[in-house]
Order: sequence, then structure tokens, then C-alpha cells
Amino acid sequence: MLGALIIVFREVIEAGLIVGIVMAATRGVSGRGRWIGIGIGAGVFGATLVAAFAGAISQAFEGSGQELFNASVLAVAVVMLMWHNAWMARHGREIAAEMRNVGTAVSEGAKPLTALAIVVGVAVLREGSEVVLFLYGVLASGTSGMSIALGGLLGIVAGAAFTALTYYGLLAIPQRYIFSVTGWLIALLAAGMAASSVQFLNNAGFAEVLGSTVWDTSWLLSDGSILGKLMHTLIGYTERPTQLQLAVYLGTLLAMAVLMRIARYRPQERVVA
Amino acid sequence: MRQFLALFALAAVVILSPAAARADDYVLTIKDHKFTPTELKVPANTRVIITVVNEDTTPEEFESNILKVEKVIPGKSRGTVRIGPLKPGRYPFVGEFHEATAKGVVIAE
Repeated sequence: MLGALIIVFREVIEAGLIVGIVMAATRGVSGRGRWIGIGIGAGVFGATLVAAFAGAISQAFEGSGQELFNASVLAVAVVMLMWHNAWMARHGREIAAEMRNVGTAVSEGAKPLTALAIVVGVAVLREGSEVVLFLYGVLASGTSGMSIALGGLLGIVAGAAFTALTYYGLLAIPQRYIFSVTGWLIALLAAGMAASSVQFLNNAGFAEVLGSTVWDTSWLLSDGSILGKLMHTLIGYTERPTQLQLAVYLGTLLAMAVLMRIARYRPQERVVA
Repeated sequence: MRQFLALFALAAVVILSPAAARADDYVLTIKDHKFTPTELKVPANTRVIITVVNEDTTPEEFESNILKVEKVIPGKSRGTVRIGPLKPGRYPFVGEFHEATAKGVVIAE
């Protein structure tokens, strides 16, 4: 039971971390609960679909369907996170001002909550499909299935508790800074996802360039440890990044910075002091 | 703009085109949540394609941080895993869903 709990928890915390950050990033926006709920619901539904068709997905594209699928959904998430940050760069100040003036509620529709709902959906979809497959395998094999299924369920509960911890931890940040902190978190999240995406492409037999390892910090923090997994999701940490992964990581951060700069620029608002 | 697009398309084709399939194929079989062979010898400094055959009815996740691979192989099915180029050495992998028994190592030489 404990083994199942740990396996499931390890998968769930990655999605949980993302949901926690997205919730903090949309603090005070009305209707965000519904959108994030839709994202989680769609992610769980998608995860069961992906698990049900795991065989077909795996066989697609000469046995590389799974890698291409992962690379694509990660790429979608990266684009959505960029869109969110660009949007916040343009409108964040108004939202923060409005929150101070009228308490919390900011009019719905003022913000592209769909982008973050998609990010949540994709995160739940990816990690959730592995949980579903694992639990299915356990139940199918029969022996002591109930105990392990219970462990799995407890793992999901522990993951949800971790999401709440992330969210309330971020809420402890003073309101003045919260959007810049979540903006940075989202930029790092996106860069890490882009680096993972390109590794999945590489595993699928594409983008087979710049494959040498830049450094090896497995002695310091292993990818397999819980902390390693958390840092992987949070800042894209990996114990042995390839040159390509590092280039894509830095490129994504740069692209994000440029995009936010462009979004922030409003010539008509130039006021003579 | 047109030239730029053409150039971009060309670059995309160069980067994305899969390298020609290599003749040598390596096979790992999962049965009763164990890998056979437990030690798989592959050449160093080249890309290697391993076919993982899952003969169990339950899914397994072929995972190795050192090989940078994480792949679910559904029950009664097979999956393709691409690794390398590797420096000579030992590269352990596990079946994450049955880590106690499903263990093995790729030996690059």
C-alpha cells in the first residue's frame, strides 16, 4: 500500500504544483475557480481516455506516438503560459490596482482564464494518465488489489493537500509582489516544460542534435527523488541536461522576456511628467 | 518574408527529420515484471534503438533518469526506446510500476 501511495503521490505532486501556482497567479479573479475546475475535470477525463488508448497511442508514429503526444501537449502548455505572462504584463497593474480598490473581485472576462485552464488540464492529463495506468495494472493483476488501490487513492489525497500547501504558501506573499512572483514562477515553469518537450522529441527520434550532456549533478539532486521531481516541475531541473535542452530552456526564458516587454509597451499612454 | 519562411521550413526539415533507421535493433522483454536480458550490451557513442516487449497483461513504465527515458509500455504490447549516444559505462533502468523486481542495466562499450 505504501509503495502505491508513493508512486501515485510522485505523479500527482507535479500536477499539484502547477495547479497551486496557477491558483495563486489568478488570485482575486472572479470565475477562476470554475475555470480551474473545468481544467482539472477535463484533465482527469482526458487522462482516462489516454490510458484507455495507451496501446494505440504507443503504436502510432512507428512506436513514438507517446513521446510525440507528450512533446505536443507540453508545447501547448508553454504557449499558454507565454500568453498568460504577456497578458499579465499588459494588464497586471490594473488588476492589482483594482484588487486594492474594490477588495478582491476583478471582472470576469477581463482575463484569459482559458489559457491557464488549458495549462491545468494538460498537467493533470499527463500525470493523471500514468496514475490511471498504474492503478489499472494493479487492479487487473488481482492480488491484494484493494490495499494498493487504497494506497493510490491516499496518494491522490496527499497530492491534493500538497496543492493546497503550495497555494497558501504563495498567498503568504504580500499582494504587491504576488503577480511578479507568480510571473517568474510561470516563466521558469514554461522554460522547464519546453526543455522536457524537446527531450521527448529527441526520444521520438526527432531533433537529434546537440545531444551531449552539459553537466551531471545527480550526486547533488537526483531526478528520481521527490525534491528532484519538484524542482523539475518548478524550474525545469534535470540532473543531466543536454545542450539542446539548455538552449531551449534559455531560449524560452528569452522569448518570454521579449514578449512581456512588447506587451507592456503602450505608446499612447506616454504622459509628460 | 517569403525567403525567411522558406529558410525556416528548411531549418525545420533539417532539425526534425528523423535520422535514418539503424539496422541493429535491440530487444528487452518484460515477463512476470522482470526484464530479459537484465544486462543489455550496446555500442557506445551511437544512437541505439531498443524495442521493449511487454508480455505481461499489465502496463509497465520503462524509466531511467540516466538514459533520459520515461515510457509507458501497455500490457501485451511493445514500445520503441531511443537512447544515446552513450559514453562507455553502465546505465541502470527500472520498470517503475514494479520497481522491486523489474530492474536492468544497459552496458555501453
